[in-house]
Amino acid sequence: MTTTPPRLLVLGGGTAGTMVANKVHKVLPDWDVTLVDRDDVHDYQPGYLFMPFGMNTPEQVRRSKRRFIDPATRIVTGEVDRVDADGRRVVLEDGTVLDYDHLVIASGTTPRPDQTPGMLGEGWHKSVNEFYTFEGSLALRDNLAAFEGGRLVVHITELPFKCPVAPLEFTFLADDWLRQHGLRERTELVFVTPLDGAFTKPVASRELGHALEERHVTVETDFMVESVDQEAKVLRSYDEREVPYDLLVTVPLNMGADFVERSGLGDELNYVTVDKHTMQYLPQGDRPAHPEIFALGDAANLPTSKAGSVAHFSVEVFIDNLVQLAHGRPMTHSFDGHANCFVESGHGKALLLDFNYETEPLTGTFPVPGVGPLRLLKESRFNHLSKLAFRHIYWNALLPGRPLGLKPQMSMAGKHPEGPPAAMSASMREE
Amino acid sequence: MPTTTISGRTLEVNEEGFLVHPDDWTEDLGVELARLIGIEMTEAHWVPIRFLRTDHAAMGETPTLRRVSTQTGIDVKTLFGLFPKKPAKKMAYVAGLPKPKGCV
Repeated sequence: MTTTPPRLLVLGGGTAGTMVANKVHKVLPDWDVTLVDRDDVHDYQPGYLFMPFGMNTPEQVRRSKRRFIDPATRIVTGEVDRVDADGRRVVLEDGTVLDYDHLVIASGTTPRPDQTPGMLGEGWHKSVNEFYTFEGSLALRDNLAAFEGGRLVVHITELPFKCPVAPLEFTFLADDWLRQHGLRERTELVFVTPLDGAFTKPVASRELGHALEERHVTVETDFMVESVDQEAKVLRSYDEREVPYDLLVTVPLNMGADFVERSGLGDELNYVTVDKHTMQYLPQGDRPAHPEIFALGDAANLPTSKAGSVAHFSVEVFIDNLVQLAHGRPMTHSFDGHANCFVESGHGKALLLDFNYETEPLTGTFPVPGVGPLRLLKESRFNHLSKLAFRHIYWNALLPGRPLGLKPQMSMAGKHPEGPPAAMSASMREE
Repeated sequence: MPTTTISGRTLEVNEEGFLVHPDDWTEDLGVELARLIGIEMTEAHWVPIRFLRTDHAAMGETPTLRRVSTQTGIDVKTLFGLFPKKPAKKMAYVAGLPKPKGCV
């Protein structure tokens, strides 16, 4: 008797999709894995933050996708038109039909400047910048080099967006860069956010808020942008406030892939609705259930940061569950929302944040309790060097699916909780 | 948890005054909560507030401003007019729900 191996189809070859393909081959070697992507470009996206300041070169950031994907994977190049969930197949724009038994949607999130009136215009990538694309980051490098002082405005359109600490990091690095180039005294540095503080989580917001104050950065909070007026060079909010700029660095609205919406699998921002512990598709309203569909990385609507660390930790949980499913057993592994983010603070230093669904970022040491060597929520040179070194770990260990020695579950060891007792409940549940 | 007394009822609230238990809420209480933040409820106010209540019951979380706008068809500018300055937060407050999370 011959049996057909189970077919796993992965949509997207970024951090999450690449890790899934590589790990599945290790644990389920007889599975038939196909990965779809529109191109062969894999960028180390944290490098986009560094390129404008010359801290990473474009060559360090860009690689071929295929190079990192296990050769046992069949790679299909094309644009996804839609997922026919009831028919268990994916249709590409060129008409190709791909059948599957299990589907992983890992198509990420994309900046959508077209969603804010006036953002795309003649000044796009000139006076109105972003650092969430390779092209945008390069243009910003050149526009910053030509900057002679004035109002440099860093702006967040709406949440969620990729790497929620990145605009703060950009602000810190810009402050440092302006000082080094003798421009800081001629520049008003402004941070504009729809939030009511520097960051979402209270302890981190306080620490990072202090860091902005120390650097004399003006902070405009609760600012929901309605439009960008490129002629007058101002941002306008729904409550009719105006923020003038000479050089604007914005984080456009982020949205998931349009095919997610066409397939009826997404929320209002085209993120696939999933169970936050298993990443299994969780239909909204009266949509039909499809337990064979999962979404990983930024494409999912997980209530935590859209970040590489979340993709990494959640893929590990997903793979453990997939092995159980393959053997006809129920899934017992649960993702806790663990995120781990370095925050560049300028002057060759960085902070480290470590948090999950239940516990906000706290001060302390990581990963060895009481020792570190990394310090949580405090600036240190070692944190900065670790962030720079992570590019090598990403290309050489993370994407190929080698173990990094970090557990996917967050640990409370070595951390200093504070605030109301409610925040302690997570530590009680530590395994 | 602190408590507060509104219309003769003692209610559990968080540090920011949001109801801790969404089930404590009634439409009459919504009117009082709105009054506490300077809003006189009209039918135009009730449309998004009722959506917040049903959506929270169905989804288990408070909808974001964008979700309220796309699902009710009320544009964001109008929501800013009805609940000035901080519509997402104020609507959640009046509807007796936690602040929308969308913020991570």
